[in-house]
Amino acid sequence: MAQDTLLTVALAVLLLPLAAFTVMIFAGKRLPRQGDWLSTSAIAAALILAGTVLYGKLTLYHADTLALNFTWIDFHDVPGLGPLRIVLGIALDNLTAIMLVVVTLISTLVHLFSIGYMGGDIRYSRYFAYLGLFSFSMLVIVLANNLFLLYVGWELVGICSYLLIGHWYEKKSASNAAIKAFVVNRVGDFGFFVGIAILFMTFHTFSLSEIFDGIRGGHLPFGSDWWLTVSGVLLFCGAVGKSAQFPLHVWLPDAMEGPTPVSALIHAATMVAAGVYLVARLFPIMTADALLVIAYIGAITAFIAATIAIAQNDIKKVLAYSTISQLGYMIMALGAGAYTAGFFHLVTHAMFKAGLFLGSGSVIHAMHNALHHADDHETDPQDIRNMGGLRAKMPVTFWTFVVFTLAISGVPLTSGFLSKDEILAGTLAFGSLTGHVIIPLTGFLVAGLTAFYMFRLVILTFLGEHKDANRITHVHESGLVMTLPLLVLAALSVFIFYSVDPSGFTPGWIARAVERPESTVPLRLAAPSAGVFEEVLGHVHLTAMLLSLSVAGLGMLAAFATYYWKKISADAVARALAPVHAFLLNKWYFDELYQAVVVNGVLGLAALLRWVDTWIVDGAVNGAGRVTRGVAFVSGKFDTYVVDGLVNFSAYLSGFFGLVLRKFQTGRVQTYVLFAVLGVMVFYFIFRLV
Amino acid sequence: MGSLGSFWNEFSAWLPHVQLAHFLIVSAILFALGIYAIATRRNAIMVLMGVELVLNAANINFIAFSRYSTDMNFDGQVAAIFVIILAAAEAAIGLAIVLNIYHRFQTVNVDEVSSLKE
Amino acid sequence: MQLFDVVFYVFALITILSGCVVVFSKNIIYAAFSLLFTFFGVAALYVLLHADFLAVTQILIYVGGILVLLLFGVMLTNNVISVEMKTGTIQAIPALIIVAIVAGTLAGLSYSTWKGVAVPAPGGPQTTTGTLGQMLMTSYVIPFEIASVVLLVALIGAAMTARRHRNS
Repeated sequence: MAQDTLLTVALAVLLLPLAAFTVMIFAGKRLPRQGDWLSTSAIAAALILAGTVLYGKLTLYHADTLALNFTWIDFHDVPGLGPLRIVLGIALDNLTAIMLVVVTLISTLVHLFSIGYMGGDIRYSRYFAYLGLFSFSMLVIVLANNLFLLYVGWELVGICSYLLIGHWYEKKSASNAAIKAFVVNRVGDFGFFVGIAILFMTFHTFSLSEIFDGIRGGHLPFGSDWWLTVSGVLLFCGAVGKSAQFPLHVWLPDAMEGPTPVSALIHAATMVAAGVYLVARLFPIMTADALLVIAYIGAITAFIAATIAIAQNDIKKVLAYSTISQLGYMIMALGAGAYTAGFFHLVTHAMFKAGLFLGSGSVIHAMHNALHHADDHETDPQDIRNMGGLRAKMPVTFWTFVVFTLAISGVPLTSGFLSKDEILAGTLAFGSLTGHVIIPLTGFLVAGLTAFYMFRLVILTFLGEHKDANRITHVHESGLVMTLPLLVLAALSVFIFYSVDPSGFTPGWIARAVERPESTVPLRLAAPSAGVFEEVLGHVHLTAMLLSLSVAGLGMLAAFATYYWKKISADAVARALAPVHAFLLNKWYFDELYQAVVVNGVLGLAALLRWVDTWIVDGAVNGAGRVTRGVAFVSGKFDTYVVDGLVNFSAYLSGFFGLVLRKFQTGRVQTYVLFAVLGVMVFYFIFRLV
Repeated sequence: MGSLGSFWNEFSAWLPHVQLAHFLIVSAILFALGIYAIATRRNAIMVLMGVELVLNAANINFIAFSRYSTDMNFDGQVAAIFVIILAAAEAAIGLAIVLNIYHRFQTVNVDEVSSLKE
Repeated sequence: MQLFDVVFYVFALITILSGCVVVFSKNIIYAAFSLLFTFFGVAALYVLLHADFLAVTQILIYVGGILVLLLFGVMLTNNVISVEMKTGTIQAIPALIIVAIVAGTLAGLSYSTWKGVAVPAPGGPQTTTGTLGQMLMTSYVIPFEIASVVLLVALIGAAMTARRHRNS
């Protein structure tokens, strides 16, 4: 395959979902089955093409970056700036090729799952149309080789997320969640935008490779090291918003108001991973300081979210916090310099987290139907305290869910073990290189917490006995269209697809394909180079693996002891640590904090301004008013007798005319015709005389 | 009175020799008659007849100007053709509406169909 | 006065007098038949203006089409046998005054503006049909096509509007 062919196929991957969206949004309702087959087959075709692209890229052009550029706008010579052209285009490197497959694969499976899950929905065809638009937008982000197109895709996925979270907008909480997601993302995107603006002002180009070349040539924003770090952090702000990192993570749990397959596609596997992908893309311009900020943000996020996940009872909320925590993991890995590990975890996490969400969707779907069947509209079908004992009822969902849980906990022979192990080894190497030991400590702690809350979820949902057996008599396994995606994703959560060596000591094909890019920043600002990092990594790898295995085992053990064997009473622990429990249950009071600081801050500012208005502005006005009043008293007398007399007279006059003119308002068209003609004549004579 | 007298002399000399203005004056009278019918007749069909008179007056103007223009072009006559086409369409639609009104109000007297007033 | 002027005056009088009958007659049938004479008079004026094709069209469409349509309307909306075909007027006096102003203004305007305009030098095409056909097919082809669409729409619209609804 020639390079051009490969790029053309990549373009076809990009445009297929867009074509599906265009047809669906206009004609979706009129198609048979509301067009779900059309969307699904379009994205499936895109998946096949993406697979071809990946295969061709890895076998034929393993080390190359293929690019396709076109000039969008040519401003020619801009005064004070020189020649200016905005060149847009797509680029294809190994990172992109792998992401293409991940996005289209998850999207295809979610389309398939949605056919079962969304059946009978009132806006069925529109749902599929939005899924197509989302896939297109995500592929734009993945393929863009310049910040401009990337930003366009970035905002497009944002709007798709908004539309899909608010899919059931009749529900107040859903439309609120959609608005919250959009507004919180705006904060991050503002930083991203400013970062893009700084880079564009410096280099007069949006192209990533040209920006890299410029920095490599010693050209820094505003000629200062500090501004390079700042622009890196500002660009990272975009990732903070999209990937729900601390302190902008608050939108993701609320986004669970959307349909569950949407949560799997957008809020677990792809869109939220866009932030991680962005950091990976921009890795070469990140200075050591910027990377440190990134690593700490990731670590804080991972820790906070993991602690919150322990105390949540809504199955989707637990998974949402787990997603935030795992995204923090990836960000932390990238910040620590474990580039390959971070990206590898993105891929494996996309598979098992999408699987977890789809599995939870299957459970919710079954619970919902069962409760509906039992005429029970009080019980929350998403609350894990209302579940339990579903294992026998839903065997496929149960066993795939277990596989996903093992993977996310980092148990050997799963994909999660490979990627998580690499991340932990990377953070350990980072800690020993730079002395920031908090990062690896958080990493191991979160690994244990993850194992604990995930097994808590599995035990409470599927194992044990159900409290009220009648309630779940009507729970049934979901149909093939919903279980097939689960089975595919479960298979993809096994190590063999990523590396033939389950121990993780020999690098898999992803690790070989995606190597950490050389930093372009000046040496005095750069993080320890890849060579140094790899060397330390080799020393600590075994230690990291043993440590991570033991903390994961401890976490699982604790979960079984507490919730399965009931050796430890969860309620007793909760009571003993009541303040901590309340703190976690209320999500560290982030929403309350933002309510108090941001929302009330704005309201307080408004109150302050109002006070200024009332006392200072109005005071001046009132002073002027008193002076005026004296004058007014005099003129008042004049008014009463002279002006009022005239006014009353004119009022009388117009009253009289009104009485006369009322006669003309007859409702007869013919009278109106006559007046129209008269009006024309009057106008004619007026203009004649003037 | 002198000016009126000179006007009369001029006018009476002009009157027997038919020119453009003669046609225009005929058209003006016809137009006024049509407007009168539209504005006063109670029967909707009579109103339609008034509309036809107005259209005919307009047509006379078109053709007269076309004939008396210096280059004798035919644009005015083409315009007149379109007016006739429109008149035909208008008559058909107008009568359909009148029939509908009759069906609904049991009258074609326009002043009794004054629901516009409410 | 030449023959042309005499003929003009004859037909102009016919047109205006029959127009007056149309407008002032109490009987709707008289008005309709009087309209026939008005149309003929106007057609004759067209002939005097060298518009032979339009004169024929006038008679064909107005007399053959529209007038018949109007008569149908009269028949369908009046109970011919029992009720007399008379119809009253409203607001006659104000209308008369306004219309007189309109007529006077227009006529005065025509006279004062175009009183010197005479027939241009003879020449030019003496037959209009061919020229009109060519113009309709060349420079006026788009209005021509639109007019045909308008006629079609009017046809459908009239049929839809006048149709009796079975339930009402």
